[in-house]
Formats: sequence, C-alpha cells, structure tokens
Amino acid sequence: MSNDRLHIVRRAVLEIEDGMNVNLGIGMPTLVANEIPENYQVLLQSENGLLGIGPYPIEGAEDADLINAGKETVTAVPGAAYFDSAESFAMIRGGHIDLAILGAMEVSEKGDLANWMIPGKMIKGMGGAMDLVNGAKRIVIIMEHVNKHGESKIKRECTLPLTGKQVVHRLITDLAVFDFTDEGMVLKEMVEGVTLEEIKEKTEASFTVSDDLKPISFKE
Amino acid sequence: MKMGKIVSSATEAIENIHDGATLVVGGFGLSGNPEHLIQAIRDKGVKDLTVVSNNCGVDDWGLGILLANKQIKKMVSSYVGENKIFENQFLSGELDVELVPQGTLAERIRAGGAGIPGFYTRTGVGTPIAEGKEHKDFNGRTYILEEGIKGDFALVKAWKADPLGNLIFRNTARNFNPLAAMAGKITIAEVEEIVEVGELDPNNIHTPSIYVQRVVLGSHFEKRIERRTVRKAD
Repeated sequence: MSNDRLHIVRRAVLEIEDGMNVNLGIGMPTLVANEIPENYQVLLQSENGLLGIGPYPIEGAEDADLINAGKETVTAVPGAAYFDSAESFAMIRGGHIDLAILGAMEVSEKGDLANWMIPGKMIKGMGGAMDLVNGAKRIVIIMEHVNKHGESKIKRECTLPLTGKQVVHRLITDLAVFDFTDEGMVLKEMVEGVTLEEIKEKTEASFTVSDDLKPISFKE
Repeated sequence: MKMGKIVSSATEAIENIHDGATLVVGGFGLSGNPEHLIQAIRDKGVKDLTVVSNNCGVDDWGLGILLANKQIKKMVSSYVGENKIFENQFLSGELDVELVPQGTLAERIRAGGAGIPGFYTRTGVGTPIAEGKEHKDFNGRTYILEEGIKGDFALVKAWKADPLGNLIFRNTARNFNPLAAMAGKITIAEVEEIVEVGELDPNNIHTPSIYVQRVVLGSHFEKRIERRTVRKAD
C-alpha cells in the first residue's frame, strides 16, 4: 500500500467509535478493518448477510459459504449473525448501521457522490452503494484528492452518474478532511507541510476554512 | 424415506422450464449458487430467459455459463463486474440489462413473494435509476416507488432440506436464496443433504416448506471461490 493510502486508512479509522456497527466498502475502505483498536467492540457488517466479519481465514480453512461483499473468503467473530439479503438491507436502509466508509470516483461540494459508473467505459453496477449512502447514519468517503492525471476528484458538480445526492457527511483524502454542512463544504484538517494554496489549487469545489482548522491526525 | 417433493435429478427438476421464462436465482457472487440446476438449464438449452439474480457468475461458472451459451435475453442484477462476456453482450446490444441497487433488488424479490406489488424507498433518489419512477414525499423526504418481482421459477441452493421442502442455509450462502424461494411460482431447491421429516429443528428452519415445490440432492458441489484470501497462522 502506498503511503498516501495508508495515511487515508489511518485517518479513516479514527471515525470508528467503540460499540459501533460499521459497513466498510470494497477496496481501500476494507483495509480500515486492520486498524480498528483491539479493545473496541465493533461489529463490521457485510451486505451479503453477516454482522461481525472476522479476519481472513488461516490457509486451508477457507469456506466458500463464508465470504464478504467483495467475495473474499473471511471468518465470523464470536457473536456474529448471518441473515438473508433483505434483512441485511433492512439494517442498512432502516438506519441501524452507525457508519459506512466508502470509496469514490467523485464527490461534489454539496456532498453528492459518484462511485458506480463511467458511461461507455465501466458497466459493473452499483451493488449496495446506493442503499448504504441513503441508509447508514453517517457516510464517510475516503479517496485520493486528485486522479492519476492530477485532476481534482472534488468537483463543483459531479460529472459522473450519481450514487446519491447530498449524502456525504465527511470526506477524507490524502491531503485534507472536509465536512459537508448546511453552509457548504468546510475544510477541517490539513496534512502537515501542505499549504492552503496547494489544497485550493487541487480542489475544484469551493469550500470555506473552519475556524479551528487542525493538522490531520492519524492513528499511531 | 418418503419422497415428498424430492425429484431424482437436476434435469428432472428443471424439466418444464420453457423458453422465455423468468427465473429468480439465489446466490451472491459464486456463493450459494444452485450450480447443478444452472448446468441442467445449460444442457436443456432453453432460450430467451429473463434472469433475476444479484450477479451473473463469472465467464465459465455460475449463471455465466448460460450467458456464454446465449440463453439469457435479460438480466436483472445489482453488480455484474466479474463477467467479461456480460459486458460484451451488453455493449453489442444482445443482452438487455436492468441494474437495480442491491437492497432494492432484495426487497423487490421479497415483496414479490410476499404479495406486495410495490414499495417506496430512498435508495436511488437523485440518481439515474430514479428516472421515470413515481416520487413521493413522506415526512419531508422524497422516496421512489419500486415494484415487486415474481418469477415463473425460482432456483435456490440450500444446505439441508427435508422431503417436505423445509430449508436451512449455511453461513453467507443464504444471501438471496430465501427471498428467491418466496418469489417463484415454482421453486426448485438444490441441496447438499436431505434428512427425514422431523429431523430439522422447527426453530431453525430458514425457509418453510410452503415456498418450495421441488427438492433435488446435488452431488459433488464445486463451490468455487472467487477471491481466496487467507492469513498466515499466528
């Protein structure tokens, strides 16, 4: 994992509080699981029907009947529960998931999210993302600040088809942390050594700067 | 053992599936797939199928083998990213696709089986999938109308069954299977083990027998794993 991605993951884990029920998206968000403090009682939900995802199985103990939403073989923690897909999304849609941490292709300054489709290029489907962003109590997006061409992924308006409208509560990138409020997008934290000018240059969206702007903190 | 709803082979179980039928199929990825029933349908060669299932297998396994054999006219799924043939057939216009958010798909199947023609959900509001759907406000928030789904047949994979058709699923192989079982006019369950009537604890039955019309015992389940992830022993 690159240093930038590791930093994002280590910042994202600070969003998780003891006692929470959390859904982690596929890809980088899944890595957040490795950083959750061991003394926390946190249950990770997998939308294919498991509350209480455990670590990957020891080699030889893989079970085709026990996978996560990314189709990876996993284990279940003591106290876990299995259920069907309708029950799983009752938990999600019904507001019983405290926090979802998801990846994104684009986020707009209004908190719109695009992460499921590139017209003419990528036809994979939205999976459970549209349900999660409208159902979980809190939506935290983690992504790189700019794409591989150096273009801002934080837009005035999303150019890609939306996953959800005004659904993001917090955005964590390799450079900064933003919150989405009634007054618009607010810069809350910045990586040390980065200037406000650099953030502005790499952010297409307009934002205000929080009165208590802090250096970004990471899990030790 | 009383035969009850048990049929002797997957071929017999799917015998009256016809061209143009709508099939609701359980499974998530390759987990909990009715693999023998899918192979029997491939061998039978029925065409123009509408298949409602969360995914469409991979190129050479699961529902992907029906796609490769050009038996599917329309797919209703939430995620199809693991299948190259799917993408090719969709882009060339051979295959009609309806992408449905996963929770909406699960609830549409459940609703279909539960006699509920439609329901309102927040999921998809403000996105392309809300286009053309009825919008309605409840307590100041906007929701869209989604319709229940029924199938001519449902194909499910369970762990254990009895001859009456009571079913128990295992771990996350349950997924869409109990919902699919409710939504089929004829529900066919492929299972790993059949026990005598009365052996299954009524407290632990996931799908009551009323939803199931045929039970077939599978042999040699391949249970292919899509992403084998492991850790080193401590």
